[in-house]
Amino acid sequence: MKVSELCKAAGFTPVTEDAADREVGGVYACDLLSWVIGRAAENAALVTVMTNVNVIAVAVMADLSCVVLSEGVRLDNAALLKAQQNGVAVLSSDKPTFETCVELNRILNCAD
Amino acid sequence: MSDALNMHYIVDGSDFTTAGEASTAVKMKLKKLGIAPDIVRKVAIAMYEAEINMVIHAGGGVADVSLESDKITIRLIDHGKGIPDVELAMREGYSTAPDAVRSLGFGAGMGLPNIKKYSDEMYIDTEVGKGTTVTLIINLQ
Repeated sequence: MKVSELCKAAGFTPVTEDAADREVGGVYACDLLSWVIGRAAENAALVTVMTNVNVIAVAVMADLSCVVLSEGVRLDNAALLKAQQNGVAVLSSDKPTFETCVELNRILNCAD
Repeated sequence: MSDALNMHYIVDGSDFTTAGEASTAVKMKLKKLGIAPDIVRKVAIAMYEAEINMVIHAGGGVADVSLESDKITIRLIDHGKGIPDVELAMREGYSTAPDAVRSLGFGAGMGLPNIKKYSDEMYIDTEVGKGTTVTLIINLQ
């Protein structure tokens, strides 16, 4: 399933328009970025409440498909700029992390 | 060695938010050169963690990357305070990072274990008060 399709199906809000055609291959939820970069699988959607520039750097380095900001948190300006410069898809969910993950899992399993 | 492609980067230790620029540049370069995506990912993750460590603990340094026909060698050299106990530093969960770094999502004691996990060979040459050189080798095959 593509990032744009996932965004629509889950009712998320796109924060950036980048990488909308990228395929999502699973979900990883964590706020400790060293855990994310060491353990998240390639093409995973990262669910996090971290909003600083490093979360975008980690998404680039670990080849994640998109970042899903849960709890309605917003990227800081430097992070938004870095996401746009590096073509990273960022989506926003109003729901808490657990509910966001449950929804993502339901949608991705239905798509299989 | 004469056929090696060498890249040199200065890692700015004054701004944690820009840490990762050298790793980003290397990732883009390797991708452009047509190196296999799984190899590029290993290099990116290992080098990013090492670069972050250099900024957190040593105030920056330099990174030299050498691409040969069979491997990529990354050497990160700093003149920071050194690592008193490498074995302890290698342990998952052990960290001496300050709280400000933890609030940004790092300092979980995963940096060195992650670097080891994503590189084929890793060497740490460190002396307290003098600095640290971390050498990473990632095989192309």
